[in-house]
Amino acid sequence: MDKILMKGNEAFGEGAVRAGCRLFFGYPITPQSELPHYLARRLPEVGGVYLQAESEVAAINMVYGAAAAGARVMTSSSSPGISLMQEGISYIAGAELPAVIINIMRGGPGLGNIAPSQSDYFQAVKGGGHGDYKLPVLAPSSVQEIIDLVGLAFELADKYRNPVMVVGDGVLGQMMEPVKLGPVPEVVLPPKAWATTGTAGRRTRNIINSLYIEPEELEKVNLRLQAKYREMEREEKRWEEYRLDGAALILVSFGMVARIAKAVVDKLRAAGIPAGLIRPITLYPFPDIPLTTAAETAKAFLVVEMNAGQMVEDVRLAVSSRRPVHFHGRTGGMLTTVAEVTATAREIWEVAE
Amino acid sequence: MAVSLKRTEGLTDKPFHYCPGCTHGVIHRLVAETLVELGVLERTVGICPVGCAVFAYDYFNCDMIEAAHGRAPAVATGVKRALPDRVVFTYQGDGDLAAIGTAEIIHAASRGERITTIFVNNAVYGMTGGQMAPTTLLGQKTTTTPFGRRAADAGFPLKVAEMLSVVEGSVYVSRVAVNSPKNILRAKKAVRRAFEIQVQGLGFTFVEVLSTCPTNWGLSPPEAMRWLEKNMIPVYPLGEFKVPEVE
Repeated sequence: MDKILMKGNEAFGEGAVRAGCRLFFGYPITPQSELPHYLARRLPEVGGVYLQAESEVAAINMVYGAAAAGARVMTSSSSPGISLMQEGISYIAGAELPAVIINIMRGGPGLGNIAPSQSDYFQAVKGGGHGDYKLPVLAPSSVQEIIDLVGLAFELADKYRNPVMVVGDGVLGQMMEPVKLGPVPEVVLPPKAWATTGTAGRRTRNIINSLYIEPEELEKVNLRLQAKYREMEREEKRWEEYRLDGAALILVSFGMVARIAKAVVDKLRAAGIPAGLIRPITLYPFPDIPLTTAAETAKAFLVVEMNAGQMVEDVRLAVSSRRPVHFHGRTGGMLTTVAEVTATAREIWEVAE
Repeated sequence: MAVSLKRTEGLTDKPFHYCPGCTHGVIHRLVAETLVELGVLERTVGICPVGCAVFAYDYFNCDMIEAAHGRAPAVATGVKRALPDRVVFTYQGDGDLAAIGTAEIIHAASRGERITTIFVNNAVYGMTGGQMAPTTLLGQKTTTTPFGRRAADAGFPLKVAEMLSVVEGSVYVSRVAVNSPKNILRAKKAVRRAFEIQVQGLGFTFVEVLSTCPTNWGLSPPEAMRWLEKNMIPVYPLGEFKVPEVE
């Protein structure tokens, strides 16, 4: 199969088309612009709909409507725009609708800047909007993986009737890499008997709703949602292990930063330091399994992120204070470097050894 | 004996939760009858607002979606773009549509979305306890304008039908009232025309319905009907503000 060069942001779009997504609603924001640019051209080719909404608030509610109508539908934005969508995401989670949301994270808080960042980790994995809900969060670290994980996102969304978020950052969105695409697959969408498509051919009316005025009833809904999240936690944890054989210093990173961390691991190994990497692919459900296992033999952990230390909390929970968990991060859109992380890792290793 | 008038199949058997004298029930019936008469009930998807009509999904006998406050036109856009051959309508109050949802309604109209919006204007927030709405009349007392609405600090009544009639994507914009049998019959005609134009796929259709709120106006139901006639219609004149060139 031939490989072609593709930009990360475009790969999010192509991945959606290949997953059978035919509707996209969005609002312009940097650094994800190539994604809507791509779909504005691509979706009409496959009989789909690209619509530029008047705001992120409108876009996410268009997603809500199209998802209620049974369609595979996606939106994309970047940090401030994702904040605006949180009300709608909560409604989508509450009404149990499948939809995919892409967040190409940029520096914050506030207007921040347009440089790459991972500072929306908490917002993505802990819920984000109001109410007790969760959504699967996937973090690709290459352009090829974007294509694969966007496909997985649509599958998970339909499987659990739940919104799914895929997070990247400006570097991943802007860089070009070779990808294997192959022919566009025929996607058979799962039946959606619950969708509001008109009652024709059906005995009962379908209602899409997240309003339950009786507390007894709403508690039951919440218990059902929580049972669904527990199932996700049992079934959907995904991660990559890199050079964990005999590793005593475990780096933990997701997305783009994991690529830097891999180079750090190689450098440390070459210097005789037994380093390895655990890369969460699902940020929720968080892959605590390899961390818990590694905590039995490893001497120390080093979490590297492009934020002030958000995932480090989940790593600490998984490690349960059995080993020291260190953190190295840059914020404000600053990239960390192999040299910087290697130096930090060496210091940690000298104490830990 | 032949039955000359019965409950429309467009409504469920669920009793309305609306206050005595509120005209939501009348407006529900006009919409429901129209959907049955046009033979489109089975391919209709309705979108409810947040406000007094928040439970409308219990009453309209078709597939229904509950939207976030003000976002019904965006939700309707999503449904219609996914299912272009379905009939899609939003049912919204004046807080929902004319305050928090102004962006969504203007841009749905501007895009010429082939949907119908029924806009219920009773000049007050009902569900939350009688606060000032964008459509509250000057001088009108509400729980948040206890001395009467003053333009100097609370602005002016928003005339939504007039506003939407100058948006190019809208093709049918009308304002009606349901305070008398004569006006109810006229309202029915407007609702029917709006849905007919949607079925023809001509563009965005909009019917503003002047409605009563005896509870929050502090009036009896008959007094409320008279108050609407005397105070609302002069500010919100009835009629068709925009009709398609060809139907």
